[in-house]
Amino acid sequence: MDFSALTSFVISWQSLVILAVFGISLLIATYSTYAERVVAAFLQDRVGPDRAGPYGLLQPLADAVKLFTKEEFFPAGANRALFVFGPCLAMTTALMASAVIPFGNTLLLGNGDVIRLQAIEVNIGMLYVFGVVSLGVYGLMIGGWASNNKFSLLGAIRAAAQAVSYELAMGMALIALLMVTGTLSLREIALQQYDGLWNIVYQPLGFIIFIVCAFAETNRTPFDLPECETELVGGYHTEYSSMKMGLYLFAEYINVFVASAVMSTLYFGGFSFPGEHLLYNYLTSSQSELFAHNVVTILGTVTLFAKIFFFIFFFMWVRWTLPRFRYDQLMRLGWTMLFPIAILNILLTGAFILFFGSKEPKREISKEAVPTEVRTVARR
Amino acid sequence: MKLTNRSKHMAKKPMTLAERAYLPAILTGMGITLKHFFSKKATIRYPEELRPMSPTFRGLHVLKRDEQGKERCTACGLCAVACPAEAITMVAGERKKGEQNLYREEKYAVSYEINMLRCIFCGLCEEACPKAAIYLQADKMAPPRFERDEFIYGKDRLVEPVDPNARSKRGIQLTAEQAEALARRMAGMDA
Amino acid sequence: MGNSLFYFLAFVALLSALGVVFAKNPMHSVLFLILTFFAISGHYLMLNAQFLAAVNIIVYAGAIMVLFLFVVMFLNLNADTEPNKSGLAKVAGAIAGGMLLLVLIAALRNVNPVGADAASFDSQIGMVSRLGLVLYRQYLLPFELASVLFLVAMVGSVMLGKRETGERHF
Repeated sequence: MDFSALTSFVISWQSLVILAVFGISLLIATYSTYAERVVAAFLQDRVGPDRAGPYGLLQPLADAVKLFTKEEFFPAGANRALFVFGPCLAMTTALMASAVIPFGNTLLLGNGDVIRLQAIEVNIGMLYVFGVVSLGVYGLMIGGWASNNKFSLLGAIRAAAQAVSYELAMGMALIALLMVTGTLSLREIALQQYDGLWNIVYQPLGFIIFIVCAFAETNRTPFDLPECETELVGGYHTEYSSMKMGLYLFAEYINVFVASAVMSTLYFGGFSFPGEHLLYNYLTSSQSELFAHNVVTILGTVTLFAKIFFFIFFFMWVRWTLPRFRYDQLMRLGWTMLFPIAILNILLTGAFILFFGSKEPKREISKEAVPTEVRTVARR
Repeated sequence: MKLTNRSKHMAKKPMTLAERAYLPAILTGMGITLKHFFSKKATIRYPEELRPMSPTFRGLHVLKRDEQGKERCTACGLCAVACPAEAITMVAGERKKGEQNLYREEKYAVSYEINMLRCIFCGLCEEACPKAAIYLQADKMAPPRFERDEFIYGKDRLVEPVDPNARSKRGIQLTAEQAEALARRMAGMDA
Repeated sequence: MGNSLFYFLAFVALLSALGVVFAKNPMHSVLFLILTFFAISGHYLMLNAQFLAAVNIIVYAGAIMVLFLFVVMFLNLNADTEPNKSGLAKVAGAIAGGMLLLVLIAALRNVNPVGADAASFDSQIGMVSRLGLVLYRQYLLPFELASVLFLVAMVGSVMLGKRETGERHF
């Protein structure tokens, strides 16, 4: 067995990027718990946690210490192995999705090395995200079932039915987007929007469907039926305590982060920002191309994170504005409203492409062999 | 039957398209919450920040000492008589020789108890006292406790400490600005 | 490394497939089945069929197995309520399984596994764009017929869920 490839990978720049993406996902999820409380407080004319550290910035740390030191509780008659496996799975699937999100274009090093600011580039990125998101419900289902509690079980069943129903409309919205972009790679999609004409312009209806489904898939209010406190105590995590509970909460925030990142990438231009080629041209007039490219990339990453933070705020904003849907309303909305609209959206998109032509010129397959880095540099 | 003109007739009409689409209503709601996001916060960060209180607020009682540190109370019982809630009980005693520096008058209160669960903080005891011995402080309240008997305050908790520096600074002696604010308010009430 | 990965995936696939059959608890069976699908998706990835791998996960692991789990959750899973199967059912099961095995053996008997020819092998064969071209050129009619079938099924499900006049809702 050849380990040299493995070792050279471990010490390469790309592994550093993977580590950074992992760390940033966790960090953002950590501070989302704090942000959620502050946003909730601000929307309700309060100030939120401000005791732990300056402006309460150490609050997540305090929460973590609290969760870690709480009693580990196993309900009687619970399936112990699956009871532990549930939160682990929820966390794993949540973290997996951030692997394919392009957090920026490329950084060029002086020695000719190219760093992609994306953990892994796969040409089926969108399908990968969709697949991982559809797996996310297993953590909830297994945990809810293994708790041996009727409220947990009801929460798990609701989670399953809700996830399957809304995945359908979400997939339909993505198909319409796919018809516009012509590629499944998230990086390609982000690069296509470099001219400032974001996909939201082409797919306004699709975006509305997608964002509603994203709320349902991440189990956020107004679709947090699986953990509906008023009916189901705590839903699927009723019996959970200590850090196992913490993992569930954490997984939810990571899902919110990933959903925000996917939305910004698919519909709001990802790491591209208006006027970036103007900036690039301006910088190349006085500096080297290498420098100009790196500056544009870093600014792009900053813009992407600004977009992501806006969407995370949006998730919280909606949560503290809207009341929860009733379960039959949820199902009716998913099946009899979003789903037909999504099909209509596909038809409209198809008609548009037929009459006005597609956004991207038709590409020959042979071009696929050209590495993406080369093409991006050439395009700029 | 229509009893008043204030009743509003609510017709059950089918919803319009805009209402059924949810989104306009949702956006309106989000606009409202966003307005609150930027509005002034109602929170008072308690230990650092105090809620502004009236200078005439009547809080926890105190039994005063005079300038030489002698207890003013002479156990006349007028406060107990004045008390509408019957919260005050006391036992009077005669001052012994050598206790002149402890008690101002020849008669003093051996025990003096106020039941804070009964007290309605009306301040009538303060008005009844001929010796200016009992006052309701403006800056102290009876804190919550776990046991009922802890609410019966004896002399140990009511009498001012001997050291003048340890005594309450606020309350009975108004600060200059409090006195001014009070005077202004009284003047306003007269007008 | 590719070889050991293949053996690992094959081992996981076989072991979890056996787990599906031998697990006493239906819940465990379903979870083993999901694991099997993952191992198979891993095989697809090694064959450079990324689209197939992703769709396998989305459709089977992500949707169908969720529905399986959904149904299993409604079952009363006490071990002692499991009724003993009658002898006839056991015999029928053995015959049906045996016939399936027979068919599989018959199908695989004449297969002559040849390794891919490195010179003529097209590494892009499993990519999405290639698959799309094949589906929309060579198999356009069957593909469209299948999609119409699915559309009809979906429209039917929406119609079933629609409110009827006079239906009471809260």
